[in-house]
Amino acid sequence: MAILTCKDLAFSYDGSTVLEGVNFTLNAGNYLCIVGENGSGKSTLMKGLLGLKAPDRGSISFGEGLKSTEIGYLPQQTQLQRDFPASVREVVLSGCLNSLGKRLHYSAEDKKRAAFNMERMGIEDLRDKSYQALSGGQQQRVLLARALCATKKMLLLDEPVTGLDPIATGEMYNLIKLVNLCDNITVIMVSHDIHAAARYATHILHLGQKQLFFGTAGQYRESDLARRFLGGNRL
Amino acid sequence: MSEFFHMFSFHFMQRALLVGGLISLCAALLGVSLVLKRYSMIGDGLSHVGFGALAIASALHVAPLAVAVPVVVVTAILLLRLSQNSRIKGDAMIAIISSSALAIGVICVSVTTGMNTEVSSYMFGSILSLSRSDAILSAILSAAVLLLFVLFYPRLFAVTFDETFAKATGTRAELYNSLLAVLTAITVVLGMRMMGALLISSLIIFPALSSMRVCRSFKAVVLCSAGISLGCFVIGTIASYMLETPTGASIVAANLLCFCVCCIVGKK
Repeated sequence: MAILTCKDLAFSYDGSTVLEGVNFTLNAGNYLCIVGENGSGKSTLMKGLLGLKAPDRGSISFGEGLKSTEIGYLPQQTQLQRDFPASVREVVLSGCLNSLGKRLHYSAEDKKRAAFNMERMGIEDLRDKSYQALSGGQQQRVLLARALCATKKMLLLDEPVTGLDPIATGEMYNLIKLVNLCDNITVIMVSHDIHAAARYATHILHLGQKQLFFGTAGQYRESDLARRFLGGNRL
Repeated sequence: MSEFFHMFSFHFMQRALLVGGLISLCAALLGVSLVLKRYSMIGDGLSHVGFGALAIASALHVAPLAVAVPVVVVTAILLLRLSQNSRIKGDAMIAIISSSALAIGVICVSVTTGMNTEVSSYMFGSILSLSRSDAILSAILSAAVLLLFVLFYPRLFAVTFDETFAKATGTRAELYNSLLAVLTAITVVLGMRMMGALLISSLIIFPALSSMRVCRSFKAVVLCSAGISLGCFVIGTIASYMLETPTGASIVAANLLCFCVCCIVGKK
């Protein structure tokens, strides 16, 4: 059963089309990597999926009772956040924002979920530490825990390993794969790291202002497009 | 010592301490979000607009707060919208609006009443300028600001920390930004009478900056800046009475001192 279906999607800014012809379907538990060069429309598609930008044409539909506000989103960090005085617990708990509904404050259940996700990401010892004092890898794990608080079904990750050292990068990829396999959470990741994409993802979507490729990671590895994109080196 | 207790027997002092205390709390709470969102200059810009509005109100002989509150609230929302969409960047826009409003206010004053003590009190603040009706209105509005802040605390935190994430989870970030702007506008206008148009923004910025030197969580920063703001207000007001210095300036001086102490403590 499809959890996400995009049909003939097109987006534009100020009247000029930046992305068109996007057609793909994901099933629950798939792991999709969106690759492409800068300006290929990756971020635009991501905004579209989150409901932050309306498509010009086409449709995005979610299945299995998922709403666009119930996607766990891990955005790229801004400079502002790096020196923001907040404890790890506060940041993770803010992921429960979409379950507030009409309530004004977080419930005991929300707090339990935040604690559970901190434990899962191995950051429960850091819960009273200040977010700004953490290493890059720890900060990303905090944001992943927050994203997990916001969803039960789908994670959307915007270049989650940017700026991390090789060890932290590997840990991050493993955590994401773990969540994907154990909890059957669908993962959509925007990435520059094409090699990791081909290794971890089940599906690849290659954009270049239009959809250049969609298929399984195995098919992608065999495609001419992948060879060209990688400069002749086969994966 | 008897002089110290004697000052609390004056009605104007009681009024000033009550209203000023409430306003200091509001300013400190809002200040944390404003400083973190890099909106510090909005407070400064709004106070100049407030001065212009008060000058016009006093020229027309209408109740000053009744004119200034709506004018500044509208400006605050405009500033927020413009800084997001317009081609002139936010800080430049604030500079343009604040100096224009100040200019209009000064022209208005010089054409009508001239530079009298009332106008000077708008510039530099005076604790005597608080009338009974002003005091009641100020108390009600600042209580409302405090209540709204407490009620929407989780959402305000989320919008301050990560607006994109908040929007993605279906939170109406623009609404809460506007709420922040409106609450700030009200606080600025109310605080202006006491602190003066030139000094009110420090009431918003200083406590937040001071507490950010020593605290490591958002809640601690909020609580600590509320405490610092209230403490500095009381110390500044008492000092101004005892030493016969201007109230607004004394409160700013107390905040500056506190900021220096926090910087030293935070370094360790």
